[in-house]
This record gives sequence, structure tokens and C-alpha cells, in this order.
Amino acid sequence: MDNLGIVFALIGAALATFLAGTGSAIGVGKAGVAAAGVLAEDPSKFGKVLIFQLLPATQGIYGLLIAFIILTKIGILGGDPNISVTAGLLYFAASLPIAFSGLFSAIYQGNCSVAGIGTIAKKPDQFGKTILLPAMVETYAILALLISMLAIFNIPGLNL
Amino acid sequence: MSVLKMKRINIYALKKHRKRILELLQRKGIVQVEDLTLDDSVFQKEETTQKQMLFQKNSGIAENAYNILNKYIPDKKSPFAMFSGRSPITVESYYMFTEDANEIMRVAYDIIGFDKEISDSKAEIIKLKSQIETLIPWETLDLPMNFSGTNTTTAFIGTLPQLITYEEIVSQIVEKGNSVTDVNIEIISADENQTCLFLLCKKEKSVEISGILRSLGFSKPTVTPSEPPAECIKKFKKQINNALKNIEATSCSIVSYVGVRNALKFICDYYIMRSEKYAVIEQLAHTKRTFVLTGYIPEKCVEDIEKLLTSKYDAAVEIEEPSPNEDTPVLLKNNPFAEPVESVLETYSLPGKKEIDPTSVMAIFYYVFFGMMFSDAGYGIIMAVGCGLLLHKFKNMELGLRKSVKMFMFCGVSTTFWGLMFGSFFGDAVAVVGKTFFNADISLPPLWFNPVEGSNSMTLLMVCFLFGLIHLFTGLGMKAYTCIKNKAYIDILYDVFSWMLLVGGGVMALLSMDMMESMTGFVLPSVFMTVGGVCAAIGAVIILLFQGRGSKPIKRLLKGAYGLYGVTGYLSDILSYSRLLALGLATGVIAQVFNQIASMFGGGFGVILFIIIFIIGHSLNIGINALGAYVHTNRLQFVEFFGKFYEGGGKKFSPFKINTKYYKIKEDIFNG
Repeated sequence: MDNLGIVFALIGAALATFLAGTGSAIGVGKAGVAAAGVLAEDPSKFGKVLIFQLLPATQGIYGLLIAFIILTKIGILGGDPNISVTAGLLYFAASLPIAFSGLFSAIYQGNCSVAGIGTIAKKPDQFGKTILLPAMVETYAILALLISMLAIFNIPGLNL
Repeated sequence: MSVLKMKRINIYALKKHRKRILELLQRKGIVQVEDLTLDDSVFQKEETTQKQMLFQKNSGIAENAYNILNKYIPDKKSPFAMFSGRSPITVESYYMFTEDANEIMRVAYDIIGFDKEISDSKAEIIKLKSQIETLIPWETLDLPMNFSGTNTTTAFIGTLPQLITYEEIVSQIVEKGNSVTDVNIEIISADENQTCLFLLCKKEKSVEISGILRSLGFSKPTVTPSEPPAECIKKFKKQINNALKNIEATSCSIVSYVGVRNALKFICDYYIMRSEKYAVIEQLAHTKRTFVLTGYIPEKCVEDIEKLLTSKYDAAVEIEEPSPNEDTPVLLKNNPFAEPVESVLETYSLPGKKEIDPTSVMAIFYYVFFGMMFSDAGYGIIMAVGCGLLLHKFKNMELGLRKSVKMFMFCGVSTTFWGLMFGSFFGDAVAVVGKTFFNADISLPPLWFNPVEGSNSMTLLMVCFLFGLIHLFTGLGMKAYTCIKNKAYIDILYDVFSWMLLVGGGVMALLSMDMMESMTGFVLPSVFMTVGGVCAAIGAVIILLFQGRGSKPIKRLLKGAYGLYGVTGYLSDILSYSRLLALGLATGVIAQVFNQIASMFGGGFGVILFIIIFIIGHSLNIGINALGAYVHTNRLQFVEFFGKFYEGGGKKFSPFKINTKYYKIKEDIFNG
């Protein structure tokens, strides 16, 4: 049980990837369905609806990002994978903001994108305003990413 | 830098000059024509819907013909075609094409006719093929399919719905008390789905035989040509051949029209132009021999137009100041550095009445924020150089697109700057390549600091908040400027200074608290606590007392208290700028991740995999993070910045001009 620290850290990395990734997959999936419907009517809107579909994709990437930083910091990707249980739990805790914020914000951002795609189908000239609405939801994923990142960057300096 | 001043223009002229005057205005494209209805029996409106319809129909036909032509000989388009814009048309071709308009229309009708002929032939071929299909089982029958018998015999030609042998049929017939000699049966062809049968019997037996056959499920074929099937098939095949030849010949004739492609494009534009001209005629007021046109014109163009109209067409031109309650259209004019951001402002809303044009101030923040969020020298160079090349190569690019490309070029420059500040060039590509392939310990030193290292991220976060504060205060400053322009000087104290005192004082006091030291790394001397506190208190009192001005005392205080609650908005506004750090870090770290994955295969042949992963990974990163930077820069402008002073709601100036699709028609054509 000496290596319990790394187990916790790895669970954290896994949670960040799969929860945020699941959220993005749901969000992008929903938006994709709506986008395909619009394309059936007017293929020329492809560029616009694609951007809407991509908006909820970022949470998955943020999750991947956090997971990757954790893996690097704990030495799984080359290095000496040996950290204390406390440090492991800290990494685990640090991954939670992006994991959960990512999951839910991506789903709701997806809903918002679907509505935006609907607007674009009727009023393509309102693109600038419409794209802001899903971006509002994204704010909270960004805040979570920030906290997760700041925490992880500063854990090795805690002398544990 | 500003919203252009608009004037109202009234043009009074003779009807005989109407065509020329309208064409002049259309080519100049600087007058927005307004509908004029005068309540006077002398003036009348002119109905031109029918003519407009006719022109639109012609334009549609020309475009249709052009599209058909493209189907047969595709118009070569480079992948960058969207940037190339409309090409200008020469004066000679303009006159040549307009003179030949009727001839070109005839060709357009021809092309559409040919296309219809081809699709008819194709339908015919499909029909013939299916007929041949049904005749093939009967191919060996040497009688016509509609043969019904001789004087003494009756013939049955048709199918049974299953596989039946000769013996089975004969036994069926014999069972019912007939002799074998009464009938002559021939099985033409058979498979498991049907049996094609030819049966000849004596006339007196026909009813009986027919009954037996019906019980077996006999049915007559759907097509019964009067020639033997084999000949029929031959005939059909010949017809198919003819149709094919016809298609080929017709395609050839369509292809032979390739030379008129440009003419068709032009005609499509030409009729649109004319239809728009007639649409404007509907907005004029006419008397028997004169007409009146009213509209808006930017002040700087007035003189030019006035001179042209009065000298050439004896028109009377009247210029007025638009009345203050009129919804005057908005046209922006900015320096080349700020101009590209106009399109961003347009996606929000154009400045409304009594508002100023925030473009030039916004532009500075726009470029800086975009650069901070994207912050990679490599990506920045790609973006700036790419956009620069596009601008250089496609001089004809449409105005709107040109603005956007220019904007991204400036954003690219800013991105490069911030990338160098943070030492990011395709992430840590320099260090990774050095270590993996050359075993050297090199890296690109940041000009400022590497935000990922140690407590640098906290410092950068503070810098982001500082930028946020500057941005918000600039917004308040813009509000003050708007107030000055509208001569509402006292509002500056109530709505601008009060907030500056409250927020600025609050921030000052916060920074002099000990608990903030661990975050910021510094603490202000305690005197700032007092100063900040006093400022904030004064600000708060002003807001409490004057935010609800214009209401009755109690309601006024309540409104003031509610206004004071808005300070939470400022707090979240400032925190919102942390996205500058978060997205900047995201770009850098994702880039590093891809570099690390790419370098996993080591040196030697790993270099091929390195290059592939490097290109794919960084393209992906550029795509997703450029989108993020664009969207969130817009958000910071629209929500945080505009929230302080800007509402918008202005109508865009849309002059009567040439809205062509394929050609740009210069104004010097037809200037006579």
C-alpha cells in the first residue's frame, strides 16, 4: 500500500478525462444532431453550425489537459512515480473542479448550442450574438480549469 | 474614430433624367433612398413590381443557364476562391454585354432547353430499359405479343406466377377432361418466379382452357407490342442508342456555349441591378413630369453629388440636417488599425442615437486580449503571415471579408508578441526538438516569464485582473465621454466617478490586506487601506443617493441601494478576466502535450512520426484555441466592456448601390 498516493492521483486524472469527456461527447452529440438537421435544409451553413457544434468540445480537452499535467507531475510519463498519499489525494481533489464542472457545463452548453443552431437556421446574420450565449456557459468550465490548473501547478511546492 | 455625420438629401428633377440620375446614384452607392409618400394629389407613386419580377426572372434564367454550363464544364475554382472576390468588369465588355443582352438571354434559354432535352432523353432511356427488361423472358417467342389466335384457334400468351413444367400443365388440362391434342403448349422461358407460356387451343375450347389457366394464376403481360419480342428489343435498343447519341450531341451543343459563361454571369448581375433600380423607383414621388427623391447621405459626399446632379441634369438638390428624432442610419469611419474590428461591433449592434463609436478603443483591447488567450509565437506567425499573404494575393477581396482577414492578421501579430513574452513557440517545441533529436539542452527563453513555472501563474492572474480593471475603467471613461457629448455633465459624477471611486477604492483596500499577500506577493502600505476605504465610502454614498435620481425620496433610496448592489457585478466582471490566463495556459499546455506525444518515439526514424503528430496536433490546437480566443475576446468586449456604456441599436447605412454577385462594376462606367 506504499503507492496509494499514485493510485489516488491516477483516479483524479481518470475522472478529469472521463467526466469532462463524457460531458463534451453529450454536448457535441446533441449539437451535431441539430446541425445535421439544418444542413439538410441549407448546406451552405456548414461553417457556422460546425462552430456551434465545436463549442461544447472544449471541456473534454480541458479534462485531458488536467489529466495530462497530473500524469506528468506524478511521474507516470517518464520519471519516478513515487508520491505520498497526501499528495495523491491533493491531486485527486485538484482534478474534481474540471471533472464535474466540465461534465455539466458541456451538457448545458450543448443544449445552448442546439438552440443557437436553431437561431442560425432562421437568422444567419445573428451569428455574432448567438455564439455568445453558449460561450457564457463555457465560462464556468474555464474557471474550473483555472482552479484545477493552479492547484496542480502548486502541489509539488507544498513539501509533502 | 467616429460615426459619420449624415445629412438628409432631397433631389427634385425632371422625369426624363430619372434613368440617368438613378444610375448615377446606384454607381456612386452613397445615398440611402427612403420611401417618400406625400399627402398631395399632385404626387403619385409608380408601381414597378411587374418589371422587377421580369428582371428577376431573367436574372434567374441567366444564373440557371450558368449553373447548367458549370455542370458540364466546371468553372475551375481554387480552394481560396472565397477570398478572391468579384472581378471588376472592363468598360468594353460592359457595353458589349449590355448591347447583346437579348442575344445572351436567347442563349440562356437555349442552354436551359438543351438541359431539359437531355433530362427528357435520360428519362426515356430509363423507360426503354425497363421495357426491355420485361421483354427479355419472351425473347425466343417469334410471334407478336398481342397475337390472339387464328380463325380456328385462340392463343394465350402470358405468365404463371411459379415454376411449372410442360408436363404439369398438360396433366392439369387432361385432368379436366381435355385431350392433349386440343392444345399446343410452348414454354418460352421459366425461372423460379415465373413461367412464360404460349398456349394455342381450338376456339371452342378457349373458355374452358382460360378457366384452367386462371386457376393456375395466369396473367397477361403488361406490355403487348405488336411485333415479336426479339424485334421489339432490337428496336428499343436502337432507340436507346439514338437517345444516347442525342444526349451526347446536346451536351456538345451546351459545351459549345462555354464562351458565353462570362456573359451569362454578367447578365445575371445586370438584371439584378435593373430590378433594384426599379425597386427604388417605387420609393419616389412623381408628378407628371418631375420626381422627388429623398434619402440620407454622408456629409462628406454631399458636395460631389450635388455638383454632378445640378450641372448635368438640372436637378435641384436640397440638403437638410436630419431632425433629432429621426432614426438616421449609421456609417462608421475608423483608422486602418481599428477599422477591421468594426465587423465585430456590427455583430453586436451599431451605435444608437446619442452614442459614440467605441471601435478604436475596443480595437486595442481586442488585439491584446486575443493575443493573451492564444499566446503562442508559432501560431501567431502562422496566423499573421497567412492572413498577410491572403490580403496581398487577393486584392479584390470583398470588403467585409477583407476586414475580418485584416483583424486576424493584427491578432496574429499580438499573439506572436505574447508568445515571445511567455517563451512559447509551438509550445515548448524548441526544447523538445533539441532534446529528442540533437541531444542539446536549448530552449526559447521567455522575454517576460514562463507562466507555468512556480508562482508565475499567480502573478499572471494578477496581471489579468489588472488588465480587466483597466478595461472596465476605460468603459466607464467612455461613458463619461458619451455624457460630455450629450452635455449631461452631472451624470459623470453620479454614474462614472462614483463607480470609479467605489471599485478603485475597494481594490486598493483589498490589496493592502495581509491575507492577500500570499496571492499577490506584495502588500500595499496600510495608508492605502484608509485612502481606499474613504474613496469607496464616498463612491458608495454617491451611488446610494443619486442612482435613483428622478424618483420620489423613499423609492429613490431603494433604487440607490439596488444600484449599490451592482458592485457584485464589478467583482464578477473583474474575475471574468481570469479567462485570459486560463485560455492562454490551455493553448500552451495542449501544445506541450502534443510535443511530448510526438517525441515519444525518440530520434532516428521517429522524426517522421514526430512531424506527422506535430502537424496534426498543432493544427487541432490552433483550430480549437483560435475559436476559443475569438469567442471569449468577443465576450469580454460585449459583456464586460459594453455593459458599462454601450447599448447600440443603430440601423446600418445601406445605400442604393450595385449588389452584384459575379462582377464588380466600377463607378466610372456609364458616368455620362
